[in-house]
Amino acid sequence: MIAVELRKLARRPRTWATLFLLDLLPTVVAVLLAVTHLGPRPGQGPAFLSAVLANGSLFSVAALAIVLPLFLPVAVTVIAGDSIAGEAQAGTLRYLLTRPVGRTRLLVAKLIAVLVFVLVAVVVVAGTGYLVGKLLLGGQPLTASTSVAGVTGVTSVSGSTLTAGQIALRTVLAIGYVALSMIGVAAMALLLSTFSDSPLSASLGALAFLIGSSLLLPLDAARGIAPYLPTRYWLSFIDLFRDPILWRNVERGVLLQLVYVVVLLGAAWANFSSKDITS
Amino acid sequence: MIRSTGLTKRFGQVVAVDDIDLDVRAGDVYGFLGANGSGKTTSVRMILGLVLPTSGSVELLGEPMPRGGRRVLPKVGTLVEGAAAYGHLSARANLELLDASGGSAGRRTRRHRIDDVLEQVGLAGTGRRPVKAFSLGMRQRLGLAAALLPQPELLVLDEPTNGLDPQGIREVRELLLRLNAAGATIFLSSHLLAEIEQMCTRVGVLDRGRLVVQDDLANLQAPTGRTIVRTSDPAAAVAALDGRVEGRDGDRLLVRADDPAALNALLVGQHVPVSELVAERRTLEDVIMERTEPGADRVMPP
Repeated sequence: MIAVELRKLARRPRTWATLFLLDLLPTVVAVLLAVTHLGPRPGQGPAFLSAVLANGSLFSVAALAIVLPLFLPVAVTVIAGDSIAGEAQAGTLRYLLTRPVGRTRLLVAKLIAVLVFVLVAVVVVAGTGYLVGKLLLGGQPLTASTSVAGVTGVTSVSGSTLTAGQIALRTVLAIGYVALSMIGVAAMALLLSTFSDSPLSASLGALAFLIGSSLLLPLDAARGIAPYLPTRYWLSFIDLFRDPILWRNVERGVLLQLVYVVVLLGAAWANFSSKDITS
Repeated sequence: MIRSTGLTKRFGQVVAVDDIDLDVRAGDVYGFLGANGSGKTTSVRMILGLVLPTSGSVELLGEPMPRGGRRVLPKVGTLVEGAAAYGHLSARANLELLDASGGSAGRRTRRHRIDDVLEQVGLAGTGRRPVKAFSLGMRQRLGLAAALLPQPELLVLDEPTNGLDPQGIREVRELLLRLNAAGATIFLSSHLLAEIEQMCTRVGVLDRGRLVVQDDLANLQAPTGRTIVRTSDPAAAVAALDGRVEGRDGDRLLVRADDPAALNALLVGQHVPVSELVAERRTLEDVIMERTEPGADRVMPP
């Protein structure tokens, strides 16, 4: 069943269009940076962008930071929101269930297909970022502010130098962290997808949930609940590039996402396994 | 094959299906008849385990549903409320995905079975054309192909001829009768009287969620004890039959007589020319009109 779900995903032109668009934005940013050499001042704009002008090998992480706030969640909610509601809307859900495919099995297969998509999306964005960075930005001469870094080294966010090996390891960690954050989003969309027969409302509902969270975060009045908002620690993967690594927020982020994933998936299962299928 | 006891489904205040006891036996072509909104589809969904009953129970091929679905559903072919398929894929790709999903009769026979059912429903020539370019009738044929794919013992078909032209309806009818002759039991729901009357051996009639009739078609169409006589000399016939004529319409007489052969002998003995003589049978429509209330989809003010 998992293989079937992956085949379904792979045969949809939309899946590939989504991946293409996800790669397009960081590529455009890289091209603009390479042409203009106008990086945002340190501390402004998406993370790492000021650093990548100096050395393109950080651009894979910068690419993640570019797509993370909106593009990636939109892509994930579209795919995850479609999982059950899309079958319901097309009318194919009733034929799958009477084939029969067990309801739990179908839900798990859909979940795994979405997870694979999330992982592929994150890895592809990071990979494209790396390639584009190397090709367009890698050869840039070092600017004065980062001249402390050697030719093979990269300045960390904290200002000290990281070796290529350290960068690679930390990039892999960052990819894992971003993927986990997106699984929380996927779980929300999947839950709504079991409630609605319209994939659009499931996707938008999950997005509304995230936008609501991001709107509450900067509010002082919401400070009490801020640590429990799903997007609170999303950008904490930047801490992985500090020297030494600042683990506190990363750990909290992982824990928070795991709680969200478990609760939301549990609710999705409880609803779907006892639901009247009237679509 | 299908047996329900006290099967009831309530959606909020609305009772969609009210205490029905279905009994479909092996070898039947069972016609499940009812107006739109009378609860046919909800019943079918409960039989297949898609909708959970509020009370009562259903057995499918001897197993309680929905729990036994894993064991019995692979032997059941279904078409519920219109066919559905992935629009961007071809007919063959749709069937392959569906068959790989579960309940398959085997991976090695898949290709062969798909060729078979596409041939049976008349879609063998669609090639790589995506389903979204199909007409309504072609989609319905594809739905039927999907139902036939697991080589089922029981076919549960909800309005199978929906969207087909008269030629297509005839083809489907012949296909289903062929399958029935080969041993498959067929449960067919429809709101079309003629369709049921033409092919079913047993009939269940649903009216506002209640099963008001369930019997063999032959019993329902029992002779009424009257015979219809057509003659070129009705006056002589009336004289000869002496008060047994219940109605007269031109050269057509309605005669109280349960044995047409005896009546024929009597008339011929009296030298009355008989051009046509047949025992009157109740039509399915008569039975239904008698036992159901008018217009189930008409909503009256309280």
